[in-house]
Order: sequence, then C-alpha cells, then structure tokens
Amino acid sequence: MNFFFEVLIGGLLSGVMYALVALGFVLIYKASGVFNFAQGAMVFFAALTCVGLTEQFGLSLWLAIPLTMLVMVALGLAIERIVLRPLVNQPEITLFMATIGLTFFIEGLAQLLWGSQPHQLKLPIEDVPIEWLLEKYNIIVSQFDVIAALICALLVTGLALLFSKTKIGRALRAVADDHQAALAVGIPLQQIWGIVWAVAGFVALVAGLLWGARNGVQFALTFVALKALPVLILGGFTSVPGAIVGGLIIGASEKLAEVYIGPLVGGGIEGWFPYVLALLFLLVRPEGLFGEKIIRRI
Amino acid sequence: MFYREAGQFKSSYAEDNQIFPIRQDRIAMAALLALAFLVVPLIATPYTFSAILIPFLIFSLAALGLNILTGYAGQLSLGSAAFMAVGAFASYNFILRIPGIPLLLGFVLGGLSAAAVGIAFGLPSLRIRGFYLAAATLATQFFVVWCLTKIQWFTNYSSSGVITAQEMLIFGYSINTPMKKYLLTLSIVCVMALLAKNMVRSNVGRSWMAVRDMDVAAEVIGFRLMRTKLLAFAVSSFYCGIAGALYAYAYLGTVEPEAYNLDLSFRILFMIIIGGVGSILGSFLGSAFIILLPIGLNLLAHALSLPTNVASNLELMVFGALIIFFLIVEPHGLARLWQITKEKLRLWPFPH
Repeated sequence: MNFFFEVLIGGLLSGVMYALVALGFVLIYKASGVFNFAQGAMVFFAALTCVGLTEQFGLSLWLAIPLTMLVMVALGLAIERIVLRPLVNQPEITLFMATIGLTFFIEGLAQLLWGSQPHQLKLPIEDVPIEWLLEKYNIIVSQFDVIAALICALLVTGLALLFSKTKIGRALRAVADDHQAALAVGIPLQQIWGIVWAVAGFVALVAGLLWGARNGVQFALTFVALKALPVLILGGFTSVPGAIVGGLIIGASEKLAEVYIGPLVGGGIEGWFPYVLALLFLLVRPEGLFGEKIIRRI
Repeated sequence: MFYREAGQFKSSYAEDNQIFPIRQDRIAMAALLALAFLVVPLIATPYTFSAILIPFLIFSLAALGLNILTGYAGQLSLGSAAFMAVGAFASYNFILRIPGIPLLLGFVLGGLSAAAVGIAFGLPSLRIRGFYLAAATLATQFFVVWCLTKIQWFTNYSSSGVITAQEMLIFGYSINTPMKKYLLTLSIVCVMALLAKNMVRSNVGRSWMAVRDMDVAAEVIGFRLMRTKLLAFAVSSFYCGIAGALYAYAYLGTVEPEAYNLDLSFRILFMIIIGGVGSILGSFLGSAFIILLPIGLNLLAHALSLPTNVASNLELMVFGALIIFFLIVEPHGLARLWQITKEKLRLWPFPH
C-alpha cells in the first residue's frame, strides 16, 4: 500500500508540473483564442536563456532570472507584432498552424544562440525526500516536487484572480470571444495580446526553470508541450482550474498505469496513455471537464 | 497570347466537365507526363532518383492524403505518419504471411488496413472538432508507433525492431534499380492523383467541402455527417497508407516504426500549408518545396562553410519562418500563386 501511495503522490506532483505548462496554453487560448503550440518551445527557450546567461556571462541566478524575464517579454511582444497582428480575424486553425511554425523558429533560435548540448540547472531547492514523511509513513516524497507544486498553486491563484477580478481580465475574455467585436467597443487588442504573451512568457519561464532543474535543460524540454496537451483536452482549453485538475488526473493515472498496467503490455505506455484517456473522456464530454460548452449556430 | 481559350467551344456536357477544360492545359499535362515517364528515366542519375524524385513522389501522395482530410474535409490531423506506418507494416505482413500474393495487392491491403485504423481513430471526430480533434489525433500517432514497436509480431520478431522490405516483384519482374522504383512509384502516384482529383470534383468531394465549411449547416441540408467524415478519414488514411508502404519499399528499404514519428507528420502538414490547403496540385508543389528546401539550404551552408549544427538550426528557423510567412502572405499556398499566374497569362501581353 505504501508503494501505491508513493506512486500516486509522485504522479500527482508531476501532474502539477504538467499543469504548469498547460496553464501557459490555457492563458493564451482564453485570452486570445490562439491555441499556442509554441508553448513548449517557449519553455525550452526560457530555460536555455537563463542557463546560458549564467554559464556564458557568469551572472548569478538571481540576476539571470529577471533578465530572462525581459527576454521573454520581448519575445512575446515580437510574436504579437510580427506573427499575430497580420493574422487578425483569420480562422483559429490558421493561427494554430502559425504557432507550429513559431515552434520550429523558436527551437532553432534557442539552439543557435546557446548551442544544443544539454545543461545542468541548479535551483536553490534541494531534491531530497521530506524526512518526517519518510520516517512516519515510510513514503518517499521529494521536497523539490512539493515546493514546485506550491509555486504552481501560487501562480494559478494569481492568474485566476487576474482573470476574474480585474478589468484586464475582462478585456482578455472579451478579446477571446471575438477579436473584432472587442476592437469595436474600444478594447486595445494589440495591448491585450502583448500582455497575454508576456504573461505566457513568464509562465514558460517558471515552467522551464522547474522542469529544467528536474530533467536538465535540453531539447527534450520541448516535449513537455506534448505532455500538456492531454491535460488540456481533459480539463478543457478555456479553464484554469481545468488545467490543474486535468494535470493531477493525467499525472496520477499515467504513473499508476505505467506501474500497474505497463508490465502487462510491455511498458512505455506513458507516451500514449494520457492521450487515449483524454480521448475516451472526450467521447463523454466533448469540451473537457471544465471547458465552456460550445454552442454552434448556423 | 499562348494561353488563351478563345475559340475553344464546349458543345457537350462531357466536354464541359473534363478535368482540364483548356486545351493548353491538356497539352501541358501530356507533355509533363511524357517528361516524367520517358525523358526523366533516361537522363536522371541514381542519386536524383533515390534522394529527390522518389521521396518527392511519396511525400506528394502522403500530402494528398492529408489534404483530403484537412484541406477538403476540414478535419485537422497530426497523425498522418501513423497511418503511413500502418500502411507500411501491414503491407510487409501481408506480403510476408500470404505466400505468392502480388505486390500491388499487398500494398492495397496495407492501404485498406490504414483506412480501417483511420476510421477507428476518426470516430471521435463526430463528437469533437477543431483543436480537440487535432490533439486527439496525436493519440493515433503515439499509440500506433508504440504498438508497432512493442508488439513484435508486426516486425516478424526481428531483434532490432526493423523490417527489411521484401524484393518487389510484379509478374515475376523484379523492381530493383532506382529507375524502376521511380517508375513504379510514379505510376501509382499518377493513378491515385487522378482518382483524388475526380473524387473531389464529384459529389463526395462536395459533401466534404460542405462539412468543412460548416458541418452543422451541412447536416441540416441533408449531408450525412458520420458517413462523410468517416469516408474522408478512410480515403485519407488509405492514401497515407499507400504512401507509407512506398516509403518503406521504394525509398528506405529497411525501416523502423520510429521512422514514422511526429516530425514526419508535421512535415506532411507543412507540405499542405505551403503547397495549398484544399488543392491537389498544392500537395505536389508543397512536397517538392519541402524536399528541395533542405537540399538547397545544405548547399548554401556548404558554400558559406557553416558548421553543421548551425546549418541545421538555421534550417529549423527557415522552416518556421516560411510557414508563418506563407500563412500571412498567401494562406492558399503555392497552388494559389500558380492560379494567379495562369489568370495573368490569359490577359498577357495586353492586361487591362
């Protein structure tokens, strides 16, 4: 039973990390109606820039993080200016394909600037088991994972408040609903998009730092986007709580499936199990757990 | 002056409905086919066959398949490489396990298997659409590749998980040189492109386009959504499956399931974006573009003596930038540019 709980808790905590990446997706989708496939590339870019700044210019981590933040904001604004503005009022699918192009561009750019070899990233959080849990219940839970989960929780609360309570949040939702209508009632579309992409860059940075510290900063970081997709499907593209709950469900079920079902079918099912789970789920609720019900009119 | 249809009158419905209603187009098409079938085999080197022409034709076929699904029926899919994998491994197994089966029948059976898988994974499209569907097709991609890697029966228990394509025999005639492989691929692609062109001109194609433009409206005016969408999935996966079989047999020779990864799916998606979404010609133009671009960039990198990792990253950036460029400047792709050229040519040299 201890082992079961260990796997479950480990899964839930890694699910929080998925949720963090999924959050970046939800943020942009909710606020601008763009399904940003490049989120994974942005996570990679942020982590690599931060590591590159510390390694190649000898900056301390506390200086490198704000600098990277600036770079991410600049990147977000550049994307808004160069890619999104000319594509205003295009169908969503076109915007989605543009972000696939963006993915390739950012991946190339990141490796061109900072090289393609893997890096170590050291955060001042130790990756050691929490002692009292180990002593009392004999369950190994990493301190790093717990702190990462706390950071995620903080971020999510902040963003949820931003969306529901502030004027900017209302404007963001209006833009997502209908670009043109939002423009017509005087919402500064470009400014809103700029804000959204800057915040998405910030979320990418946090995710990149946490993931990078866990698995090393390397190209494989871009695949966290693929981990976040089933989370999104399950939770619904438009819901911040959906991303969290989806992340927890995916994280836990994926680890449990790998441990308990994996050996029966030859292992390695972590790659597709979340997708199939999410797919089956969609058959019951086509808009995900917390997604907005899609009403279609002719 | 040369490209003008004045004086070409249509006096029957059959004439009005032909694929190329303008005489110049018919002549150009015949010339192109003659060039591809007769002249190219005489002058091309084995390198050109196996590094440019054969992959170009195979990717055109795969892009054609994806274009039917995404361009005509409007169902965005990121799993085309998975259908190619099914086609390849199913053909391999049919040819391996049924003694004396004709090669082409093996390909067709492989394509049909891909179509069956396509229908199975297309079923969710009845409930979900748009991004949800795109993300769901990723399930196909990962699941199929995993299955082919893990279930050893598919690879005939080869220890490395790699299959080696059997010798290609048609009526006892062995297809073993790059030129013969090219001719076989070309024939298959020509037949299937003709079929696709006719399909999208017929009421099948019209129902696909109606579903693409607004599926609720299409359902209201009497199209049967389920049949239409699943047919699109089936036909598209059939095309991808045949392309996958050719990819294994005519191009690579030995192939592992990992060759059909997500990257390949994306490349095929780029082909239809750059070539033109919802266009038969666009599939060919896009495929040519995506095949030739890395070769061109490589030559350029050599000329500028860039290190290889810089060159490969630049290639990624150029790919990404081109996608965005095309989406912004010409969302209908190279096919649309060609159409504009033709319209200009009609008036040339006396535009209004």
